[in-house]
Amino acid sequence: MQIFHRSTNTISRVSIFGALFLVGGLIAIAYTLDRGDFSTDVGVVKEQPVPFSHKHHVTDDGIDCRYCHTSVEKTHYAGLPATEICMSCHSQIWTNAAVLEPVRESWRTGQSLEWTRVHDLPEFVYFNHSIHVAKGIGCSTCHGRVDQMALMYKVNTLYMNWCINCHRQPEKYIRPRDQVFNMAYEYPPNQMELGKKLMAEYHVQKLTDCWTCHR
Amino acid sequence: MTIGDNPSKPLDISKIRAKLDGSKGPQYWKSLEEVAGSEEVQAFLEDEFPNRAPDWLDPVSRRTAFKVMAASLALAGVSACTKQPKELIVPYVRQPEDFLPGKPLFYATAMPMFGGAIGLLAESHLGRPTKIEGNPDHPGSLGATDHFAQASVLDLWDPDRSQTVTRYGDISNWVNFVAALSSARDVLALKNGEGLRILTETVNSPTVADLFKTIKENLPAVKWHVWEPAARNTVTRGAQLAFGRAVEPVYHFENADVIVSLDSDFFSHGPGHVRYARDWADQRRIRTNITHSPQPKQDRQEGYQAGPAAPLRNQAATHSEEDKSPSPHPAQVQAEGKPLSEADQNRMYVFENAPSITGGLADHRFIVKASQVGQIAQSLAAALGVAGVQAAQTGTPADAAIAMVAKDLQAHKGRCLVIAGDFQPPEVHALAHTMNQALGNAGKTVAYIESLDANPVDQVESLKELVGDMNGGKVDTLLILGGNPVYTVPADLDFAGAMKKVKLRMHLGAYDDETSLLCHWHVPEAHYLETWNDARGYDGTVTIMQPLIDPLYDGKTVAEVLTIVAGKPDQSAHELVKGYWQGRHNDDADFTPFWQTSLHDGIVKGTASTPVDLSAKAPGSIPPPVQGFEVVFRPDSSVWDGRFANNGWLQEMPKTITTLTWDNTVWVSPRTAEKLGVGNEDVVEIKASGRSVKGAIWVVPGHADESATIQLGYGRSRGGRLASGIGYNANAIRTSNALWVIGADLRKTGDSWRLASVQHTQTMEEREPIRIATLAEYKKNPMFVNESEPVVPQYLTLYPDYKYEGYKWGMSIDLDTCTGCGTCVIACQAENNIAVVGKIEVRKGRHMHWIRVDRYFHGNLDDPELYFQPVPCMMCENAPCELVCPVAATVHSGEGLNQMVYNRCVGTRYCSNNCPYKVRRFNFLLYSDWYTQSLYGVRNPDVTVRSRGVMEKCSYCVQRINSAKIEAEREERRVRDGEITPACAQACPTQAIVFGDINDPKSRVAQLKAQPRKYGLLQELSTRPRTSYLGRLTNPNSEIEKG
Repeated sequence: MQIFHRSTNTISRVSIFGALFLVGGLIAIAYTLDRGDFSTDVGVVKEQPVPFSHKHHVTDDGIDCRYCHTSVEKTHYAGLPATEICMSCHSQIWTNAAVLEPVRESWRTGQSLEWTRVHDLPEFVYFNHSIHVAKGIGCSTCHGRVDQMALMYKVNTLYMNWCINCHRQPEKYIRPRDQVFNMAYEYPPNQMELGKKLMAEYHVQKLTDCWTCHR
Repeated sequence: MTIGDNPSKPLDISKIRAKLDGSKGPQYWKSLEEVAGSEEVQAFLEDEFPNRAPDWLDPVSRRTAFKVMAASLALAGVSACTKQPKELIVPYVRQPEDFLPGKPLFYATAMPMFGGAIGLLAESHLGRPTKIEGNPDHPGSLGATDHFAQASVLDLWDPDRSQTVTRYGDISNWVNFVAALSSARDVLALKNGEGLRILTETVNSPTVADLFKTIKENLPAVKWHVWEPAARNTVTRGAQLAFGRAVEPVYHFENADVIVSLDSDFFSHGPGHVRYARDWADQRRIRTNITHSPQPKQDRQEGYQAGPAAPLRNQAATHSEEDKSPSPHPAQVQAEGKPLSEADQNRMYVFENAPSITGGLADHRFIVKASQVGQIAQSLAAALGVAGVQAAQTGTPADAAIAMVAKDLQAHKGRCLVIAGDFQPPEVHALAHTMNQALGNAGKTVAYIESLDANPVDQVESLKELVGDMNGGKVDTLLILGGNPVYTVPADLDFAGAMKKVKLRMHLGAYDDETSLLCHWHVPEAHYLETWNDARGYDGTVTIMQPLIDPLYDGKTVAEVLTIVAGKPDQSAHELVKGYWQGRHNDDADFTPFWQTSLHDGIVKGTASTPVDLSAKAPGSIPPPVQGFEVVFRPDSSVWDGRFANNGWLQEMPKTITTLTWDNTVWVSPRTAEKLGVGNEDVVEIKASGRSVKGAIWVVPGHADESATIQLGYGRSRGGRLASGIGYNANAIRTSNALWVIGADLRKTGDSWRLASVQHTQTMEEREPIRIATLAEYKKNPMFVNESEPVVPQYLTLYPDYKYEGYKWGMSIDLDTCTGCGTCVIACQAENNIAVVGKIEVRKGRHMHWIRVDRYFHGNLDDPELYFQPVPCMMCENAPCELVCPVAATVHSGEGLNQMVYNRCVGTRYCSNNCPYKVRRFNFLLYSDWYTQSLYGVRNPDVTVRSRGVMEKCSYCVQRINSAKIEAEREERRVRDGEITPACAQACPTQAIVFGDINDPKSRVAQLKAQPRKYGLLQELSTRPRTSYLGRLTNPNSEIEKG
């Protein structure tokens, strides 16, 4: 006595064969969702009150990162420039540009500009800029070629596995201190050797203790 | 201590006494219930958090529970698949110079308290005051604080503060108030101010005193009344009795070898108590040059230079040149060792009726009724040969000891001290002054300076005059500037009733409280952190107090109201204080550097008062002791006189002696409890002078018989969400003739009142958490700490030792100098955003304090010794908690810290289960206040605010460690000793807690861990704790039998 209908033969063969593709497909979807731009925002330009162009200010005008990001060498927070810093130039040039109206309005009314964070870590991560800068990690290593970005976007996921990748092997990414703010720096072919030497010189430790970042 | 709804079985006190007498009970016990082995204690032993069932109120079936569990397991990984939500980043428009997120600034100010002020450094993150530290340059602080100062920052951000000027309960504003006050004043000015009365609390501000002088000149008939419920009125009156003038004694404990306290709890309160604790501890600290373990390994990273040696006392740790803010690190004590034979300590005798922290540290503690202390003073003075005084017998064992105490004092003439308690009658103070004189102490261990009080009147008389005049219709306008007289005035005066007869009543206060309810006008008072003021410290040193933030609710100061009364234009507090000090400087050119320096340093140089030479006269007679049962009033150790009733940190702070929170109780001795037939949590009715009040009993071993101690500050009806409805109001039976002690009757009512104490959550069973020896025993056997429990050898583990190269963090707590004050508990709470959980949760043992002060009794039931032990996380090298975490949320760092990673924790609580010290605290519910906006400001941005379901524990203030390490690494040097001070160590008045790098042989902590007195708590479990203790030494007088 047959419990199952004949069609069950076909269905079971198709589903066992198809399960492989189904599982593979699900994994691919999950991976894309997790690692793709949708979740990581890599390469995604976010809406800002003013279309600030790093490319123009850094490459064309030659302004150093620290002119605006004033506290990057002193504290954990790199510092987003106060309206006053923008107005230090824009009270004299481009004074009537429509695109700069939000800046002038902020200056007039005393209301801060509200920028959308591009490089945003979760609240349980305590990241400190000043120590990274002091130890020879260049701006472009984590933030990419900001000097070539007309509009700001993330180039790295900033996921923990990405951070740990360097924390486990800092010699891969360390550069001489005087090159930290050089956006065009390229790692030399002997990076591993140079890296080890710099690590010893700058006393860089392998920081994989949890409380280094997750207090 | 009931859990659930079943009332506890009454304890058989006589059985407990027998057990302790026969030494069949535990050596160190924390509570009567522990000795009796009651059910409640057993419940806590078996299950760390018993009675969880009431948390689950929904009728969830087993099937549903399984469904939920399975679903959460299946979806567990999905929590990682969230997108980082959009976050805004909002910079300044004009960034103030020096304002850097992550770099707090410290500003010098002071907190007026106890009629004086303690110099502080307030830490400000981006303009928000978040933490209070002591000012190392202030003589009354030396870098430390007390728990009131630590908790005061929460009061600034209190959501229940009054936020607006009100008139007849409706919202008004300052301009209207000024108009009303000015017109009332102008009318009364026609009669020279007759009918205008100003009631303040104790004032020691030079600016305010000057304003009153101006008022007196312009309106001679204005009367200034002073009333503060727990002011040091008797100290002033005692001085007047003895010297004929209002002077303030300043003690020099650093010169005292023998100290006698006549019911004086000078470690707990008083304008100089933080400094006195430190000076006393400095004479107590023993460091020998004998060590018992090899010197720590001299391991350093290559390419580094060793840091400089630990700075000497009175030198704060240096900081980088860029940072111009005052250094917050307290002055450090030297750790240099002396030969064992030279080890010496001071000796303290305490006569008191109720156990106090000063009594806990005494080498000899004598229990007498509070009203009998006068007789003790008489006997002691007679024994010392003071003319005109005769001995009086108390009928207690103290009588026999007087002769020996006197002998000891005389053997140390000029190097001893007799101190009378702030709440003893003036006659006892006068006797103490004569005794100090007879012993030649004046100018050596005690100095007399002009009273800190700007108006040193007898406050009770001043109050009586005001009430009498109000009742007589002589008061037209009453200005109440600060304080809460409707609540605090003794019941016999009926302040509320008298006040209603006044035509115009105006109140300046921080809260809308019992007094403002009955006043026409109420003006919010500015908190000391948000306004300008000045105050005098214990030795007269003036601090100009500066604000860290604009007044949150447009609060005003006493000076700003007085200036209107003085007929001067409306000036801001800044203008008033600056104007006063400018007036004292002839030359404008030298005012600016003076002003800047004074504000920067936190002290005005040269304002310490010069001592005066006086001779003391014995009082004519001493008030007789209360016949029969006495009830003793004392301000509460947490909320003082009620002013801190809305401060959650203080309400939840376990009071050191009773470990109770959230309530006041009626303290009685075990014998008294037996006689009355009551036990803990039974309600009694106290009847005195025709009035009565009901309160819950708490049996306190070591309390005097026929005496009960009740605490002020509770039983309030208004003033914030926490202030009202807690405890009973002791002011209801207080009378103006008997402020501090009264004859009363106690009667059992049969009701019970549940209390929340924290003493029962752990027991030490037969172990010795405190290792004690007398100084003589120590000299014979320096290694006494390891006698009872030998140290487990290092090799007794399968794993190879981890080589801690680099930093090796450790902490040492000296039990010999810990006073049990609990400042460390509040400092930790402020620094680490620790939540307040409330009375119900505390009853379940779920209080969240990361460091606790355990209090142990030792000896017999009626006269035990008290010992205090602060217990933070031990940071065990061999941590039991790390092995059992299923998700590796608690792991060990390469520097020896046991790391608690909140974002990984899933809340199994296995780690807490395994911890033998029970220092791990679990967030059973969402204890942190997520929603109250004004509390966002008080939180430390460097520390995570924990949500429900995660375990938390002491971190050795890892945020401070990381911040110091980063700064040191940026400067390419090693962290120096003293650069990192955890909050508990920084706040400790006696510097009992020391933190540092054990790998640095010159660090204080390395030297302390090499001391022979060093031991680890439960070290026999081979946990290898990094937090170690130094055993307690006592220095008893061998001629007195009992130690």
